[in-house]
Amino acid sequence: MTVATSEHASFDSGSVFLTGLRKFFGIFGMINRRLLFSGCMLVLVVGFGVLGPIILGRDNPMKTVGGLYDPPSATLWLGSDNFGRDVFTQLMHGTRTSLIIGVIAGLEAILIGLLIGTMAGYLGGIVEEVLMAFTNVVITIPSIVILILLSIAISTRSIFAMGLIIGLTSWPWTARAVRAQTSSLRTREHVDIARLSGAGTLSLIIWEILPYMLSYVVMAFVLQLNTGILQEAALSMLGLGPSNTISLGQMLHWALLWESVRTGAWWGFVPPALFLTLIAFSLLLLQASVDEILNPRLRKR
Amino acid sequence: MTRFHSYLMNKILWFALAFCIALTLNFLLPRLIPGNPVDVIVSEMTTGGALSSEAAKGVYTAYIAEFGLDKPMHEQFLRYMGNLARGDLGISFARSPARVQTLIAQALPWTIALQLPAILTGWTLGNLLGVLTAYRKGVLDRGVFPIFMFISSMPYYCLAIILLYLFAVHFTIFPVAGGYSFAMTPAPTWEFFRSAAEHYVLPFSSLVLIFIGGQSVGMRAMSIYELDADYVRYSRSLGVADNRIIAYIFRNAMLPQITGLALAIGSMVSGALITEIVFSYPGIGSLLFGSIRQNDYPVIQGITLLIMIGVLIANFLVDIAYGFIDPRIRARTIGER
Repeated sequence: MTVATSEHASFDSGSVFLTGLRKFFGIFGMINRRLLFSGCMLVLVVGFGVLGPIILGRDNPMKTVGGLYDPPSATLWLGSDNFGRDVFTQLMHGTRTSLIIGVIAGLEAILIGLLIGTMAGYLGGIVEEVLMAFTNVVITIPSIVILILLSIAISTRSIFAMGLIIGLTSWPWTARAVRAQTSSLRTREHVDIARLSGAGTLSLIIWEILPYMLSYVVMAFVLQLNTGILQEAALSMLGLGPSNTISLGQMLHWALLWESVRTGAWWGFVPPALFLTLIAFSLLLLQASVDEILNPRLRKR
Repeated sequence: MTRFHSYLMNKILWFALAFCIALTLNFLLPRLIPGNPVDVIVSEMTTGGALSSEAAKGVYTAYIAEFGLDKPMHEQFLRYMGNLARGDLGISFARSPARVQTLIAQALPWTIALQLPAILTGWTLGNLLGVLTAYRKGVLDRGVFPIFMFISSMPYYCLAIILLYLFAVHFTIFPVAGGYSFAMTPAPTWEFFRSAAEHYVLPFSSLVLIFIGGQSVGMRAMSIYELDADYVRYSRSLGVADNRIIAYIFRNAMLPQITGLALAIGSMVSGALITEIVFSYPGIGSLLFGSIRQNDYPVIQGITLLIMIGVLIANFLVDIAYGFIDPRIRARTIGER
């Protein structure tokens, strides 16, 4: 090894970051059919939920426009629900709400997971023991229980609060994986070099360790997003969804409560169920295909 | 053996800690509801016209006394723990004077009868399918497997809703709701069992299909991974018989699957909550759904406690079993960290 000057170290860390980025964006050169399909599906779903209400000018999903379960027609494309509200408008707004809650929950879970994981993995010793013990306890207590108890403790649940509650229960697996990766990365040479050249702990973690985990973090976020959306739907169907708003889970909740299935009003429950399935399937497919691209061991098969 | 005992003690301590935290959350969180939960219940009863104001007052004081809500928090906690130790979960708000443990005891057999066979069937069929698709490629791998992969990524309640609509509403093959015909009361008669069986098919199928999907995806990945492992190549080059190699692979690939089975059984109460709601099946899920609608906190707390106990016990048993089965863990707990 040559003597590491601080200039060398900073050059090194920069190129590491660039390699990480290039590796990440390199996936666009290797798009396969599954990635293309899942990517297109997700773009369509996000566009539908975010741009749909703006383009079509349907900004109030709570407005009564028809009777009890009016069938689909030229004006009500997907009929009306139990309160006479337009299902198509609800589907757009519901998709948006579900996505927002999923993103908030996913980001929160990733942030907490990264914070606890890198601190435990990098600092080691008693900090690691305590943080991992805490993580293991949270893993052991079933998340659905915490979700139910927290949701009944908050009487009016905003979209933001729902996202926070869900994110609060789903970070431990990320923290575990991040800790394992951090403690192996910590002993690499480039980290030693940066440390010797006087980099602080925080900048070390951000510039020398996190870039190597970029692909893992993106994958974990995709999975957490999926979990978040499905947890929201499950809570909503139990009757603990966001208050005064509509989400895909809320649509199913009302459809079940008002016997949409048993009266044969398929437009009440098929659209939200289909969208939830589509989102979940696309996210898992996206995760699997990107994983295949970033992980050469899987690509062989 | 003493080292194994210390491993055991260590695990017991950890799970005791997790259990204490879980109990504290279960006690504390519903008490964080702004105002007094009894206020909400009683005001809803009076606005609904179910109670006169005189009767409401009586109910109010009875509830306050029953829950000890007039006492300071630490006394409430001690009282709660004392009642739990005696197996008393308190009185239901919405269905008083029924006790919570009675309501749960009525619903739990339905949930177990639905979930346990579904988990066992799904686990067995799923693992078989996973191994077969990994070893014998072809039609099974390219035709049947992708279908189950799609099903396994589907939210389980969406599949339940679609099955209910298709086979009970559109084609009226199966009944649409309940665990047995509404005209009957549970009795050990031939008619009752027939009716229960008819109501059983759809919820059972919706759970089994999802479980087969999840298991087969996992088992296929594990088997392929093991097939490619160095020890397999090495054994082959040494000329070890195929059957013997498959036995090695099976043992290694099964370990996580057995864990999965234990954990699925442990979390069986929470695993079908929404399936039961979709089919109005008279189990814990429907009880929870009704209790949430009626703000029946004692019942909700009883159910969350039940879910926690199941999951904690399953996790504990898995950890202990791993201490026996997995030589890596045995070595780690006994030797150096």
